[in-house]
Amino acid sequence: MLEFILERANYWAIISLMMIGLYITYQSTNLIKKLVGLSVFQTSVFLFYITLGKIAGGSAPILFGEDAQPHGSEAAHGGEGIAGGSEHLAEGGHGVDPVIGLHEVYSNPLPHVLILTAIVVGVGTLAVGLALIVRIREAYGTIESDEMRQMDIAVADAQDADDIVGTVV
Amino acid sequence: MYQFILDLAPVFFERHSPVLLIIVPLMFAGITTFMPNGRIGWVLTVIASAISLFCALILLAQVNLLGVVSYQLGGWAPPLGIEFRIDSLNVLFLLLVTGIGLLAAIFSLPTVEVEVRAEKRALFYAAHLICLTGLAGVAITGDAFNLFVFLEISSISTYVLVALGGTRDRRAFSAAFNYLIMGTIGATFFVIGVGFLYAATGTLNMVDMAARLAESGGNRTVQAGFAFIVVGLGLKAAVWPLHQWLPNSYAYAPSFVTMFLSATATKVAIYALIRMIFTVFVPDFTFEASHFALIFAPLAMIAMVACSFQAVFQSDVRRMLAYSSVAQVGYMILGVAIGTGAGLSAGLFHLSTHAIMKGALFMAVAGVVLTYKGTRINDFKGLGRAAPLTMTAFAVAGFSLIGMPLTAGFQSKWALLQALLESGWGFGAVVVVLSSILAVVYMGRVLQAVFFEAPANPRKVRREAPLLLLLPLWVLTLLNLYIGIQADWVIDLTNAAAEAALLGGVVS
Repeated sequence: MLEFILERANYWAIISLMMIGLYITYQSTNLIKKLVGLSVFQTSVFLFYITLGKIAGGSAPILFGEDAQPHGSEAAHGGEGIAGGSEHLAEGGHGVDPVIGLHEVYSNPLPHVLILTAIVVGVGTLAVGLALIVRIREAYGTIESDEMRQMDIAVADAQDADDIVGTVV
Repeated sequence: MYQFILDLAPVFFERHSPVLLIIVPLMFAGITTFMPNGRIGWVLTVIASAISLFCALILLAQVNLLGVVSYQLGGWAPPLGIEFRIDSLNVLFLLLVTGIGLLAAIFSLPTVEVEVRAEKRALFYAAHLICLTGLAGVAITGDAFNLFVFLEISSISTYVLVALGGTRDRRAFSAAFNYLIMGTIGATFFVIGVGFLYAATGTLNMVDMAARLAESGGNRTVQAGFAFIVVGLGLKAAVWPLHQWLPNSYAYAPSFVTMFLSATATKVAIYALIRMIFTVFVPDFTFEASHFALIFAPLAMIAMVACSFQAVFQSDVRRMLAYSSVAQVGYMILGVAIGTGAGLSAGLFHLSTHAIMKGALFMAVAGVVLTYKGTRINDFKGLGRAAPLTMTAFAVAGFSLIGMPLTAGFQSKWALLQALLESGWGFGAVVVVLSSILAVVYMGRVLQAVFFEAPANPRKVRREAPLLLLLPLWVLTLLNLYIGIQADWVIDLTNAAAEAALLGGVVS
């Protein structure tokens, strides 16, 4: 049982972070804290992807040792630099068999690339969210969602009262 | 006719229309950002939207004449490279997004000049173009992760657009913030699901994924991925009870944004849902192993009744229409949940007609906001006499929403009823009718105020909306009536789309 848990330690960490993040997002009334929770939640997903890309015994997906020497069918790839070469490793594109063509074990770089994109998206979301909070603070004078709610309800009630007066007059 | 479009198109467009459809609005967004005033921004927006629509028409012709279009980005062959893959299903959505996009762009000028501050207008148009890019991108891509990226491109720009309503009503800020939180959770759920699928199949290309899933059959990883994807996209599509972000966002956003989003954003999310369910997960797996219908059909029915009921009690017309939108999403999801070709086709048909009628309704409301500066039912009193053209269009679209004969809404509800009865879902048919009766009640309240009540505040100005607003409004209204009389061509499109969705994973 203990072994079962420890073997998947990274997944447990991800699940806990995910739940903590979701809980903060859901439970907190402070808008900044909500965003913090959201970021924790998103980060746990980044970790999840990176965990997927890890291969037991694999090193960082940069050609080294014998793989780095340009020879045979790999000559073209050796010269292509880190980014180009490692992408080919991921799925063995362009006719090079990854199993036969490589001597060392590498982690899968594709999830890393995907998460790079997702991080950018996350940063964008966070920036928009913070900008919105600034505007909310200017408009409401508070960043507590329950206080904002009270103020909104007061405004809506006033409008409804207006409506009734309007119909009578 | 298709041949005519192809003859019209330059060779360059013919070869590269899939990527041009995405790139053109994106590039124009960049240019628009630096424009000194809103008018130039508006011209650029209209041009970009028109080019996108033209590309969508070329794609429609190509799909119909030549079959599935596959475009390899940067010359990298799929499944490794990102593929834009267009079949009858996405071409329908591309047409919808770009067509509504063009009409919305034309109509935007007068409303934006009233509702958005002068220095923000060029940026506003830029944000709108990015949103258009994202929505079209979701519809066009054949790569699951790319779909997420486009989904977020459209969503982040949407948050900004909704928040711009804050100058008129500060509640737009909190609505946008809630939308941001929920939308991000939805998108992140989708990414988790894609991660599970990647773990199970080792590919991100949807067609490839479908083939490998069919080989390996379902296991726990695939099921978890399915659950995450359905919940995530359900949030984006405002499937009941994941719709909480929608009413406030629609009620407080600038009128133009509400109109554009109501006609496209949730629709595109539903497309993504259909694509994932039917193309990536083989329908057998979806319906037999995951009981998709058992979960989604009741949710759809609750949405149809509960949200129509909530719509009845709204005093703000835009909020009312927003709740009605959630109810209408229920119709579409119900069609999808039936799981037959006829059901899916009916769902897609209703989706298209709903885009047309909700677009028209929100455009008419935008006209009222423009001239009268109010969206409460009280503000609508007596407008029928003062603004007959705007309000007649509003009424036609309203009748369509109810499902009166001779309107598009009737045709699509009829198709849905037939599909329901064919599959023996009599109960669903009863709920459809019940929800339509509720639609009579809430639309009736507004229409009564518009046509039969004296103005609440006679001193306030009432007049017709400007021509730039009336033109797209009446295009949608006439289209509405035309589909109501002659629906075959739309049904052909949706039938082909349903077929493509059901066969998509198998035939490549």
